[in-house]
Amino acid sequence: MCNNGKKDIYLPEFATVLKNESMTETENYFELKLSSGKDLGHMPGQFAEISIPGIGEAPISISSSPTKNGSFEMVVRKAGNVTNALHSVEAGKKIGIRGPFGTTFPVDTVMKEKDILFICGGIGLVPLRSAINYCLDNRSDYGNVTILSGTKTPAERLFTDELVQWQNREDVTLLETVDYADDAWKGNVGVITTLIPKINIDPAQTITLICGPPIMYKFVLLELMKHSIDHGKVYVSLERHMKCGVGKCGHCQINGLYACQDGPVFKYADIAQVKEAI
Amino acid sequence: MSVLKIKQETLTAWVSELIKKTCLYAVQAKADKFDFELLEDAHALRLDYDVSNIPPKKYFQPPVEELLRFNEQEFKTTVDDSPFVLFGVHPYDVNAISQMDKLFALGNKDVHYLTRRQNSTIVACDVENASQNVFSGCLGFATADEGFDILLTKINGGYLVDSRTEKGQALLKHLPAAAEKATAADLEERETVWQNNIKLLQKHKLKARPEAVTAALDKAYNNPLWEERAARCFSCGSCNLVCPTCYCFDVQDDVNWDLKSGLRYRCWDGCMLQDFATVAGDHNFRKNKADRYRHRYYRKGKYVPEKIGVFSCVGCGRCISACVTHIANPVEVFNKIMEDV
Repeated sequence: MCNNGKKDIYLPEFATVLKNESMTETENYFELKLSSGKDLGHMPGQFAEISIPGIGEAPISISSSPTKNGSFEMVVRKAGNVTNALHSVEAGKKIGIRGPFGTTFPVDTVMKEKDILFICGGIGLVPLRSAINYCLDNRSDYGNVTILSGTKTPAERLFTDELVQWQNREDVTLLETVDYADDAWKGNVGVITTLIPKINIDPAQTITLICGPPIMYKFVLLELMKHSIDHGKVYVSLERHMKCGVGKCGHCQINGLYACQDGPVFKYADIAQVKEAI
Repeated sequence: MSVLKIKQETLTAWVSELIKKTCLYAVQAKADKFDFELLEDAHALRLDYDVSNIPPKKYFQPPVEELLRFNEQEFKTTVDDSPFVLFGVHPYDVNAISQMDKLFALGNKDVHYLTRRQNSTIVACDVENASQNVFSGCLGFATADEGFDILLTKINGGYLVDSRTEKGQALLKHLPAAAEKATAADLEERETVWQNNIKLLQKHKLKARPEAVTAALDKAYNNPLWEERAARCFSCGSCNLVCPTCYCFDVQDDVNWDLKSGLRYRCWDGCMLQDFATVAGDHNFRKNKADRYRHRYYRKGKYVPEKIGVFSCVGCGRCISACVTHIANPVEVFNKIMEDV
């Protein structure tokens, strides 16, 4: 047995957990730094494989913008063995990282000079936050920035401090909603599609980025189509089980596409006819 | 490199020599069937086999394969670079291995597969006895033009030995005696074997060329046959396990008693299994049997062909024999969708 000196696509590198903080009942926020000292080198929309040695790997989207150097951030919902174990990793400890993998939101190409509409359902805000902060850190490169964000309940809202900052910015329009309000909630109540009629969309000028639970896409897209938004101007980030991340293991296939390599970010026009996509 | 002709006794003596020098896996009888196993006695070699239970892919992508080891300080790749010879591979399996070569090198190179492949020598063998369900003749995979180091063909009075590579030449050095060259008549006889095999290896007949299947799949997504046939599917994954072009895998960790060190391995997985497309939170993106069943045939007939330019069912017929509810015959599926276009 030997390594042959060849690069192994399945070999993780170590990263140190700088912060592990509870965000909601099921989501924790992580700040991580590669042990090599290098930046992860990702772009908004990409994901990485997290390794807890002895437990396994799980694909997790990267939540920080690459404009933030030195470390990167993830928000992880407790959902399986790896994510449960990750929640209990203390700051200062090391975990494994492979990546970044996958396609990116076109922040440096088609999105430039355009109005940007972000539609975030639940933890769909996590990957979109990378693109949101990228746009806000290069604010003059983009037109109007509108963020629609919805969660089931107020308790599930993520990045609440940042939501306040975005709310307070004059160059950002943020609309929030919850499916079910509690006594303290004074904002919109209803599913995320109910926010779309409340905003002005210039279909020719707007690029829309969508990420949310599987059920959400179909309804959001129907609502957007009422505004005659072109399929080529909508980008969706799709969740699948990207087990290997490198286009081999087969788990993340969407018909003939591999979500880990051809996605997770897809231009809607490219997958509108792909039956298993939405 | 000229084609040689050797007698059966010479072949057995040659294999006896090879067994002493190298790790040689070859086809042997296993109860009333055949399988590739480590060969310890050259007389146990059965080049007259019809089909092996499990395709020889198991030597390039073992059912359970260590990928790396870890402890608190490091992750370290494990690559098995021990050389071996695979002896008696049928042309449909040779074609399947060539497809795996492309897929594991496509985009991101898989060092585990490619190292095993690089250190292997493949001695192919033209089919002497057709299996009950083989149909490789309909797909252009009854013979192989490349993807092997040596090709053996049985003719009257012995075997033709056609070495095509340096690795093949290296094996020929162990021939016990100087072999005679094949005559023009021998080569003509081999040509007849090839032509006959194209016809004989059609126990099920595909009604058109494989390209027509790919085209028909474009219009077959909502064909009722997926639901009808899948209604009898147990989601057991047998068709995946015996398929020489199925390579999907799962990755798992095994931790040592210290709970700190251990290894990560991959193991065969199958798209027909119920949880194959399930993500955390129990959302299954291919929840229905019919969706999984359809996916498998699209993969063989369309998705993979569109990636590597080759039809991805090689016609070995193993799935047909393995399926207990008789729904896995690709020819039945493909003929039906071509009828319905």
